[in-house]
Amino acid sequence: MKLIVFLGIAIKSILANKLRSVLTMLGMIIGVSAVIILMSVGGGLQNMISATFEELGSNLLFVQPSNPEAPGFAKISPVFATASLTMGDTEAIKRLRPVSAAVPENANFVKIIAGNEDSLAMLHGSLSEFQQVYGFAMESGQFISEVNIGRRDMVVVLGSKVAEDLFGNDDAIGKQVKIRDKRFTVIGVMAPRGLSSFGFSWDELTVTPITTYQTRLFTLKTPGGEDAVRQISVQIASGWTLAEATKEIETTLRKRHRIDADEEDDFSVISPEQLLGTFETITLALTIFLGLIGSISLLVGSIGIMNIMLVSVTERTREIGLRKAIGAKRRDILMQFLLEAAMLSLSGGAIGLSFAGVAVWGISQIDLGSFRLDAEVSPFIVLVAVMVSVFIGLTSGIYPAMRAARLNPIDALHYG
Amino acid sequence: MIELENVSKIYRMGKVEVPALRGVNLTIEPGEMLAIMGASGSGKSTLMHIIGFLDKLTSGRYCFQGTDVSRLNDNRLAVMRNKEIGFVFQEYNLLSRASAVANVELPLVYGNGRNRHKRALEALERVGLAGRAHHKPAELSGGEQQRVAIARALVNNPTLVLADEPTGNLDSANTAEIISIFRQLNQDSITVVLVTHETDIAAQARRIIRLLDGQIISDERVG
Repeated sequence: MKLIVFLGIAIKSILANKLRSVLTMLGMIIGVSAVIILMSVGGGLQNMISATFEELGSNLLFVQPSNPEAPGFAKISPVFATASLTMGDTEAIKRLRPVSAAVPENANFVKIIAGNEDSLAMLHGSLSEFQQVYGFAMESGQFISEVNIGRRDMVVVLGSKVAEDLFGNDDAIGKQVKIRDKRFTVIGVMAPRGLSSFGFSWDELTVTPITTYQTRLFTLKTPGGEDAVRQISVQIASGWTLAEATKEIETTLRKRHRIDADEEDDFSVISPEQLLGTFETITLALTIFLGLIGSISLLVGSIGIMNIMLVSVTERTREIGLRKAIGAKRRDILMQFLLEAAMLSLSGGAIGLSFAGVAVWGISQIDLGSFRLDAEVSPFIVLVAVMVSVFIGLTSGIYPAMRAARLNPIDALHYG
Repeated sequence: MIELENVSKIYRMGKVEVPALRGVNLTIEPGEMLAIMGASGSGKSTLMHIIGFLDKLTSGRYCFQGTDVSRLNDNRLAVMRNKEIGFVFQEYNLLSRASAVANVELPLVYGNGRNRHKRALEALERVGLAGRAHHKPAELSGGEQQRVAIARALVNNPTLVLADEPTGNLDSANTAEIISIFRQLNQDSITVVLVTHETDIAAQARRIIRLLDGQIISDERVG
């Protein structure tokens, strides 16, 4: 009852000084919207990364060459790691019981030309199982076969976008294309699949036999002179865990690479889940960091509120004296000014929240080439913003309000 | 109703002690209309603040309707101010943003009173301002503003009205009007204490107290 009256007083006094109130709120508006925008964008980044790994599936492992001397992630960088994997390693991994499929993957970006048209493609050299491991459906024609691989056939299976770029609506099967000045025959076109959240399009992916890739396009040898494999993608058989599979792969490869017990691996087994964990830690740290930057503006906003509340208390000293003379208790005065500060802060927070909502929606609509940032203002963020606004209002209002409540009524009445 | 026994009030200004009241003895009976006179610095305002529970005495005893006020805490004093006393100040002290009737309602807000609006309108009617209830103070003349302040003092049915130079800012016509309102209140059995330095205002009271240097130098009954 009293509270409603006090709320009315607070709103009236905020409206009485509109310009000042808006300027005071500005700190909160900027602070709250900065925090929300930064947190939402961070959250969107995290969503995007999670989605990327979910897309890859949780039953995949990647084996890559590694440099045991290099620190951290540099170990598996192609810059530092010697090409150590071969087709023989792939075959050996494929025979392990926890493994249902293992395919080599050598890949590079190439320009594919057909007549006057050209298209940029991500060319993969692999085996026929590649289709099953990554779950590609065919639009027309066939995927590469064992026979193609055995004969090192100059054939390609085009991604749907590449096929469209080169041949429009015409049937691409049987047509000739040029890759690095060599002629290839199109034997199949994959069904459209859309964007990968990693930022590339599945539909630009184009596949040729690994043997053809290694001998006719991009030659890469191991120190022993064998054709090298850049990555082996391993699909785990059902009933086996990633850890079990990882262990068997490591044992097998160590034996094959003749690595002594006291030596480190010249390869790494990476699981997307493990990578996801690392990325999530990074994005979480980023989100918190961005949130902290935003919090600085909140702090500034809160100082602004305290400042203006102190001015307001000084200005209204006589009013406070009068209120005390006619029966206001200390806590009544305290409540009045606290409510006013909280209302100021909450209004600023609410405006900041709406502003951030619009801005985040706008950001999520921006087409970043091949993907959009899936940023949104979650109900949790809204709740936190409202609570933080009220909290800031109360904390920055408490000192001015206590000053007001402590005023001696006689001094206050005769002030100025 | 009011008994002051040997009341002293000393203000501390840094290290200097300034006595404002020195051993004041004063008894006010219910229904009196009393004027407190004295030059500025004589202690008349301090006396009024002490009577109105706005200030605490340094030594002595103050009984209000048999209650020893010096033992009450701030919250109890606030309640006493709210229920028992109506203040009228020289500068009216109205809230400029609020309408006349909202100003009059204010003591009822702090007293958790019911029917606030109705009672505020009745109080305005008592001072002849029912027609201007929804005007802001800036839209009212000085005399009208002081009548709003009197209505605010009356709204909680106080036993005592304390007025500090209530006509100090008013012309003679308005002064006469305000004084006649106080006389009317007194006839309605409210105790009225006027603080003034104007002799002709004091002459309207039934008893005049004169203060000099914090002491009562005369106490005379008039009329």
